[in-house]
Amino acid sequence: MKNNNLKKYGALIVSSALLLGTLTACGSKDSGSGSGSSDGDTIKIGLNLELSGAVASYGSGISKGAELAIKEINDAGGIDGKKIEAVKIDNKSENSEATSAALKLATQEKVVAQIGSATSGNTVAAVQVADQNKMPLISPSGTSQTVTVNDDGAVNEYAFRTCFIDPFQGKIAADFASNDLKAKNVAIFADSSSDYAKGLAEAFKKQIEANGGKVVAEESYVAKDTDFKSTLTRLKSKNPDFIYVPGYYEEVGLIVKQARSIGIDAPMMGGDGWDSPKIVELAGAKSLDNTFFTNHYSAEDPDEKIQKFVKSFKEANDDKSPDAFNALGYDSVYWLKDAIERAGSTKGEDIQKALAETKDLSLVTGEISVDEEHNTIKSATVLEFKDGKQVFKTKVEP
Amino acid sequence: MEWLQQLVNGISIGSIYALIALGYTMVYGIIKLINFAHGDVFMIGAFVGFYGLTHWHIGFIPSLLAAMIICSILGVVIERLAYKRLRNATRIAALITAIGMSLLIEYTTIFFRGAQPEAYPDNAVISKTFTVFGTQISSESIIILVTTIVLMLLLQFIVHKTKIGKAMRAVSHDMEAARLMGINVNNTISATFAIGSALAGAAGVVFGLYYTKIDPLMGIIPGVKAFIAAVLGGIGSIPGAMTGGMVLGIVETVVSALGFSMWRDAAAFIILILILIFKPAGIFGKNTREKV
Repeated sequence: MKNNNLKKYGALIVSSALLLGTLTACGSKDSGSGSGSSDGDTIKIGLNLELSGAVASYGSGISKGAELAIKEINDAGGIDGKKIEAVKIDNKSENSEATSAALKLATQEKVVAQIGSATSGNTVAAVQVADQNKMPLISPSGTSQTVTVNDDGAVNEYAFRTCFIDPFQGKIAADFASNDLKAKNVAIFADSSSDYAKGLAEAFKKQIEANGGKVVAEESYVAKDTDFKSTLTRLKSKNPDFIYVPGYYEEVGLIVKQARSIGIDAPMMGGDGWDSPKIVELAGAKSLDNTFFTNHYSAEDPDEKIQKFVKSFKEANDDKSPDAFNALGYDSVYWLKDAIERAGSTKGEDIQKALAETKDLSLVTGEISVDEEHNTIKSATVLEFKDGKQVFKTKVEP
Repeated sequence: MEWLQQLVNGISIGSIYALIALGYTMVYGIIKLINFAHGDVFMIGAFVGFYGLTHWHIGFIPSLLAAMIICSILGVVIERLAYKRLRNATRIAALITAIGMSLLIEYTTIFFRGAQPEAYPDNAVISKTFTVFGTQISSESIIILVTTIVLMLLLQFIVHKTKIGKAMRAVSHDMEAARLMGINVNNTISATFAIGSALAGAAGVVFGLYYTKIDPLMGIIPGVKAFIAAVLGGIGSIPGAMTGGMVLGIVETVVSALGFSMWRDAAAFIILILILIFKPAGIFGKNTREKV
């Protein structure tokens, strides 16, 4: 009996939900094909983010930034008089969840575009759904090449990203080493167990050689190593005037400390993998002097646009200074707004075209342009460690 | 001067291996058990030292002593809980129990404090670098070496000049005969575990001081390396463990120094394989023939 009741009620709920769905669909004025539709006075944007799971801190950082941007835009009157409505779905940091979240956003919620996910892996899982449903997708922080270009080398038409790609950081570091530090004989010490570090090292090497520098030594280590002194001693004997150490902060902290303890005074530099307060504890503030790393943005940047963002973010978030993820989430929303305005429509095809044609759009994390592979060309920020604090050093244009 | 610097690097890492290897070798010498939980006792020592320096603010030497005391208690508890009842079981049962004990310690630590790494404070000891013949020697390297030498001399004294040392040697020689002679075998075995674990605890603290980063799974690789060092020197032999540790540290450093840093860990295991094939008794081991 009980079971029967449950079935009855279940059927009732389902049918009423369906009815409601039809009514809403009827209510919307725009009934274009696929996604890219939105009802009369709101524009729906999907947020497909890692709000729980392994990399929850990335996803929630982006979410905070995006929410601030949406609030600002709505307070200023919305896009062409229409308010933005965010539909937030947690993909639990899992690829399969990211795919189904994208499907839900495209077919049920009928959002005009999706922002997310944070990691390259979760974004790639949603890219196909986006292409099939003509739903533009912007990943704020998916730095891997595979986000916009699939395995066959074809461009994923509807996929975009707000951040720069991995090899770009290596190129920027090489330019900074040759131009600002006047480095001639450089050494590379890379984490051979990470594709990210290998990609950075390769791009760095190519660019430094193009700049007329010489790579005097190339060594590698494996994540979780603790003793780097013997390899560093070998590096020291080659007398490099600059050492590039792409990798993650856990090992980099130890490398910097051990390098200084055996008397290597040369400047050292890495990528955004260095961005953690833990690096200061591991290396010690004194050892970190004369080290640099590339990052998406710095809250210390005196740029007017950045300072305005930092101020409004702090007001909205209990005086917490925004990190790179907050800034990238914020920028993704503004980029989408710009594209919708330029397209003059909320159709997926039109927004996609406008996003692909983006040129010199000024955002918090830099001025962005999109190339034919949907890679975002923008400036990178170089930070320097001084007394254990990250200090804004310079911005390098691509 | 590059090679002198590499020698200093090799001796520093070798000292740590030697301190851990001593625990392996002593336990093996007395109950013929490879105590795989030994690397995790080393990890606990590193954490006790860390809390001593950062939370209790008791300074370096008291932290070192605290780590040694807590680790020796832990060693005795492990022996009484897990190994004592297996003393007459097969070797393989005891070995598997040791691996289980190792995992238990690792994951209990992760359960209580998480898996994130911790950094030793850089003001724990006076940090200074001395330049000798163009070679940079940090005060941490000197502390490692001094700690190792002092502890080894102390160990030699205990084993050869004290009553408990005499008992340990007797039990290791022939457990049954020692029991018949009125030696309290259980207490002697506990004492061995206590001393070996205290050395591992000390190694943990100097490791943290030298390498800064400690985490709950840090004991695995140094534990395995120290085991290789013990086999290399001749398992069961105390001077063998010291020599084996130093040799392994220097070999690893030389491999990296020649530009084969990716082969460093492989080199250690190749040594283990070669030793087991050509001289299973190790450098200092006695070539005992199995009685039929």
